[in-house]
Amino acid sequence: MKKFINTLREIWKYPSAVFGMIIVLALLVAAVVVVVKIPYSEAIDTWRGGEEVYGKNPRNVPPTWYNWFRKDKLVESLDMNEGDEGVTIEEIVTEGGTPIKTTTFEFDFQYDTFPQDLVFYFTSTFDTKQPFVSVKIFTPDEREIKVGSFAIGATHTYPLKQDEKLRKKLGGVVPNIGIFIQENDETQTPVKGIYRLVVESITFEEGSTVQSEFVLTGQVFGWAGTDHLRRDLSLPLLWGIPVAMAFGLLAAIGTSVLTMAIAAIGTWYGGIVDGIIQRITEINLVLPFLSILIMIGTFYSRSIWVILGATIALSIFTGGIKSYRSMFIQVKESTYIEAARAYGAKNGRIIFRYLIPRVIPLLLPGLVSAVPSFVFLEASLALLGIGDPVLPTWGKMINDAYANAAIYRGWYYWILEPAVLLMITGLGFASLGFALDRIFNPRLRGM
Amino acid sequence: MGSVTENVTPAVEKKKSASSNTLTRVLKYSGVRLFSLFITVVIGVYLTILIANMGGYVDQMMKAEIQERITMQIAMNPAFKTMDPATKNKLTQEKIASEIERLNLDQPMVIRSFHFLKNALTLNLGRALHMTSVAGSRSVRQIITEKLPYTLLLMASSQLILFFSTVFLALALSRKYGSFWDKVIITLSPTSSVPAWFYGIFLILIFAAVLKILPFGGVIDAPVPKDFLGRTLSVLKHLILPASSLIISTFFISIYNWRTFFLIYSSEDYVELAKAKGLPSRDVERRYILRPTLPTIITSFALLLIGIWTGAIITETVFQWPGLGRETYKAIGLYDTPVIVGITIIYAYLLAITVFLLDFVYALVDPRVKIGGGSSK
Repeated sequence: MKKFINTLREIWKYPSAVFGMIIVLALLVAAVVVVVKIPYSEAIDTWRGGEEVYGKNPRNVPPTWYNWFRKDKLVESLDMNEGDEGVTIEEIVTEGGTPIKTTTFEFDFQYDTFPQDLVFYFTSTFDTKQPFVSVKIFTPDEREIKVGSFAIGATHTYPLKQDEKLRKKLGGVVPNIGIFIQENDETQTPVKGIYRLVVESITFEEGSTVQSEFVLTGQVFGWAGTDHLRRDLSLPLLWGIPVAMAFGLLAAIGTSVLTMAIAAIGTWYGGIVDGIIQRITEINLVLPFLSILIMIGTFYSRSIWVILGATIALSIFTGGIKSYRSMFIQVKESTYIEAARAYGAKNGRIIFRYLIPRVIPLLLPGLVSAVPSFVFLEASLALLGIGDPVLPTWGKMINDAYANAAIYRGWYYWILEPAVLLMITGLGFASLGFALDRIFNPRLRGM
Repeated sequence: MGSVTENVTPAVEKKKSASSNTLTRVLKYSGVRLFSLFITVVIGVYLTILIANMGGYVDQMMKAEIQERITMQIAMNPAFKTMDPATKNKLTQEKIASEIERLNLDQPMVIRSFHFLKNALTLNLGRALHMTSVAGSRSVRQIITEKLPYTLLLMASSQLILFFSTVFLALALSRKYGSFWDKVIITLSPTSSVPAWFYGIFLILIFAAVLKILPFGGVIDAPVPKDFLGRTLSVLKHLILPASSLIISTFFISIYNWRTFFLIYSSEDYVELAKAKGLPSRDVERRYILRPTLPTIITSFALLLIGIWTGAIITETVFQWPGLGRETYKAIGLYDTPVIVGITIIYAYLLAITVFLLDFVYALVDPRVKIGGGSSK
């Protein structure tokens, strides 16, 4: 315990280590929180969900905070349901006895760009006679646009952008723009102010109802933006944390612990055992590491756990085994080992109780520094298209972005968000590992 | 590749032997070493063959593919339209059997894998299953030699710049450690945890997408410039981004490693003595620091040279650079075993030869090292 506190005190002297440690701790906490808040199955169902999950999001738009840095504000998305603020409902019955329900959606439009689309979603209940709906828009410059009137089924989606009649009415301008500009306006600037959308629904049966919802898909969305399938990118960004942590840490721990144990066994028994280990290391040097991982991903299984296992198996017998060997050779000659042998300790006891504990402090820096390479390995494999098929990860986000030519089309947020997170993770672990190396490795002290 | 290799310890107090003894010792050592390296290559390549064939699963896929192709061919051929179904079926089966025999697929995988191994070891690389070279050849040798110049250009330019600049900068830094630049390098060295392709994406974003001064990828402009100078300049322009991303990704850690390595050697007593004697710092560096570190420098340079061969799979893919790395990736995607094995075997041979030669180089540059003398490890 005292040793631990001393180490902490030592770490405190290195600002980069403190920086690294804060990042690593923050990431670990975030990983746990994400897994608890968004359970695995829920995350995958949401990520793999289709139109019903993401249909109301805009397509390929940057995050909301883009507006902080812009003078001409981009339109934020809006989703208004009955009962929300800005929605008023009025129900009257005409003299003839037909009930008319008027739903008014009111929103303040203070942007300099146009929304991607305006969509109405209607749901209704009836037996035989379909309810009838008519939509009008009142703009701040006191135009009244009759959008359309139609009968609706049990569910009805009405995207304004695709209404050709409305387009003609607006002088040939696409409705998502035409509604917001004055007629014959050359400047193409939207009129700012309060817009009112009035939906009048008439039902013809006892107990028949109509519910309406209005969605304005904007030019920015959420804190992470959306991708080509309208999916909210905050999910892969968040779920990328536990995946990256799990993959990086498990691979690093698995590799370094196994490498150390095998090096210890090899040095202790010497002779044939040691020889075999050395030969395996040499053979492993010949094997093309990345190619084999890609082959396993393409041929056998793309599950992240299979890849993890293969990564560990291929990373055990590498240069690390040689440096552990040279450490163990020194330790093997120590007098306390001799004492253990003298009292008749068994081989296993000497290896795991005396040899390995001695070298464990030296394990830590290597382990921490190895994490980034494995985190990036997952991203690299995903970039090559052999990432885990179900999990949303940072690497898969970059892969999606790449496959959809995000860089060429200027959707920079799509690549930059996961890239920055990967970079922060990598730098955090690397700085911590670096400082630990200087603390635990006396030869480097003061250098 | 690790920059610090194991020091081959000199024989501890061995009786001096005559020169003829030295020759037999060297020969015996070389023989044993060559044999063990060869076995290593054989096993490594055999494992690669097994993995690349998915333990025989690729065979089944190929058989299914042949079956489908020939059945379709006969069904679609108007010449066979009037044939009665029984004869048609027989013809199909015969054709399938002969095609399977032609590709040796009727033999079990174990036997075929040894065939592959023999061909690979004798550098008889054979023909690719699906891939063709740009010239249209199926020969694996053609495919590899066609892509090799691009990989060599990219890797050699970046790795050589990287190696020499980092070693010299590190030497300069080790002279005045603790200085401002030294601290900068130490602070920046964690940036090397980020792989090259990652910097590549950032560089593409900055220089190609935003500033629009360098190309996104590829190797030459289209249309290709007519004169030689134009072509050279165009290739160089395309080389800048991939090469710099490869350099940036290992630049700082490389300087840091070399600097630490030189520092450890320059704190030896004999260096202190040389300084105390008043030798100029150039001489101290050359005779007392560089000389004992030479084996390590040579090792790392040799490993760098063979590393050039494999190319950079992901960086080449990101930059659409038509090199061997990208070719390997394509070959894997197409289950093209001969190409994968071909690239692996050449790397394995190069590695084995380098490792073998390094032992002799050590003996040449370091008088303390004796070939085959004492504990070989």
